Amino acid sequence: MSATTTPVPTHRDRKQPGKQPTRVRSSFVERVAPYAYVAPFFIIFGIFGLFPLVFTFFVALFDWNPIGAHTFVGLANFERLLHDSRFWNALGNTFGIFVISTIPQLLLALGLAQLLNNARLRWATFFRMSMLLPFITSVAATALIFGQIFDRNFGLINWILGLLNLDPINFLASRLGSWVEISAMVTWRWFGYNTLLYLAGLQAIPRQMYEAASVDGASGWQQFTRLTIPSLRPVIIFTVIMSTIGGLQIFTEPLLVSPESGLTCGAGRQCQTLALFLYEQGFGQFSFGYGSAIGVALFVIVVVAALINFFLITRTQGAR
Amino acid sequence: MADMTAQTDATFRSPKRRRGGRLGRVPWYVYLLLIIAVIICAFPLYYMLVVASVGASAVTSVPPRLYPGTNIVAVARAVFDTVPFVRSLLNSAFVSLTVAVLSVVLCSLAGFAFAKLQFRGRNALFILVLLTMTVPAQLSVIPQYLIISMLGWVDTLQAIIVPGLASAFGIFWMRQHMSSTVSDELIQAARLDGCNSWQLFWRIAFPVVRPAAFVLGLITFTAVWNDFMWPFIVLKSPEMFTVQIALKQLQANRTVDVALALGGSFFATLPLLVAFAFAGRRMVSGIMEGAFKG
Repeated sequence: MSATTTPVPTHRDRKQPGKQPTRVRSSFVERVAPYAYVAPFFIIFGIFGLFPLVFTFFVALFDWNPIGAHTFVGLANFERLLHDSRFWNALGNTFGIFVISTIPQLLLALGLAQLLNNARLRWATFFRMSMLLPFITSVAATALIFGQIFDRNFGLINWILGLLNLDPINFLASRLGSWVEISAMVTWRWFGYNTLLYLAGLQAIPRQMYEAASVDGASGWQQFTRLTIPSLRPVIIFTVIMSTIGGLQIFTEPLLVSPESGLTCGAGRQCQTLALFLYEQGFGQFSFGYGSAIGVALFVIVVVAALINFFLITRTQGAR
Repeated sequence: MADMTAQTDATFRSPKRRRGGRLGRVPWYVYLLLIIAVIICAFPLYYMLVVASVGASAVTSVPPRLYPGTNIVAVARAVFDTVPFVRSLLNSAFVSLTVAVLSVVLCSLAGFAFAKLQFRGRNALFILVLLTMTVPAQLSVIPQYLIISMLGWVDTLQAIIVPGLASAFGIFWMRQHMSSTVSDELIQAARLDGCNSWQLFWRIAFPVVRPAAFVLGLITFTAVWNDFMWPFIVLKSPEMFTVQIALKQLQANRTVDVALALGGSFFATLPLLVAFAFAGRRMVSGIMEGAFKG
């Protein structure tokens, strides 16, 4: 936007040679100033962000013990990773948790945003602020409290199941059960934030478009699918991308879900995510090389996910 | 024109003027569903308070205890005796505040440069910022740890503060607000009056985006306060722990007293809840405006 509009004034200046400030701008200090403004960020980012990212690929080529020796092993870490069932297990868990947390979360947010999007709604500020309560609660606190709510013996969920004469569920014992428990934490923490994003998107749709649609005889559902969803497309894409990145980072929830589950999230690694697997190998087993290979695998997954997102975006655009 | 008056009439009747949004009587079930959503959002926090104010018996009683008790001081004392919790709270406050203030300054400056100044490589650098937003930092924690240990910063608070200052999200946020709320005409007029780029930033642009900068500060503060994985990796001794890591330590003692971890969670969340009570409204509108511009 600004990239196309700002050059215009420069042009105008040249036509009016009487104006002095042009010279101020072209002075050396003024030409260097923009770099000085962005430099602090890029220096810190270079040292603690970009360099480690590149360095991950390097460390992954070594058998790297933080205290002992570093031996170059080539691609052996990657070969081992591809044959490591624990890696595929963690990948499956990450993907499973991502799917069953993201889909309900975004649908819930879309529905709630629809409910909140009414200019005559009372206590609107109260409702919106309440939606952000989970967002300001830390993941650690969320994990601890949900761990209690889903507890096998004294949890609220099993108490309610008992009232309904159903057998109690030991959520953490099974793969699906632990996925559901962790997804509940993720969904709870993020659905309100996404609701606000969707609400902002909905409010940007001119009211007249709905009026025109209902004059044309469109039903409420038709208005939703033909008008609301297409208008929200940019926000939906944004939230899907953010959820993908967030989903790959899930670490604290499986770590804190129960005091007994440890770094593997249960004896059968039922809910060990990729981030937790990386930590286990890197800082639990002190194999920095192998841990970095997991990091590289995460990077590949991010790139693949980005490509899929990009493909879906251009595809849906072409269809329309 | 008739359309316009109908609209102003409607907005006038609503409690607050809002842009967009549908009109029409709000049916009762909308309130019902929204109240259910509010209960879902608030219940885990409320339950934390219940456990923190009742103690261990709250989590082992059948049926579960669902209303607060009077033991809050005893639970607090147990939490504060088990781990150096006050120290952890202070550590968290110091780290979060420092990162929030400094990163807002850095991001405002960089965001201003990206939005309003011309320089070579501007677009390439900004694309780099955007790309970093899509790469989770976790994947390079091992080299990050190696750098921190090379600097001798393991088990220090600057290990959290310094890397936390480079926020790609913050730059993106400030750039969006700078380019949408600071008009080019204003910048141009100030240029003609002889402002240099620093004066443009400090006198013209920053005052306009101050509300957005405040919200960014809040979001950053919350994120740093709540961060877990990185402090968990670089902090080793209990005196250096932030509250989140202290919670992990309390959990290790859970077999002794189940209420400890949940009581600790409550005290770790309380400061943010208090801040939210004062600034939550601005946070809500800030996030919504950010989405609208982004």
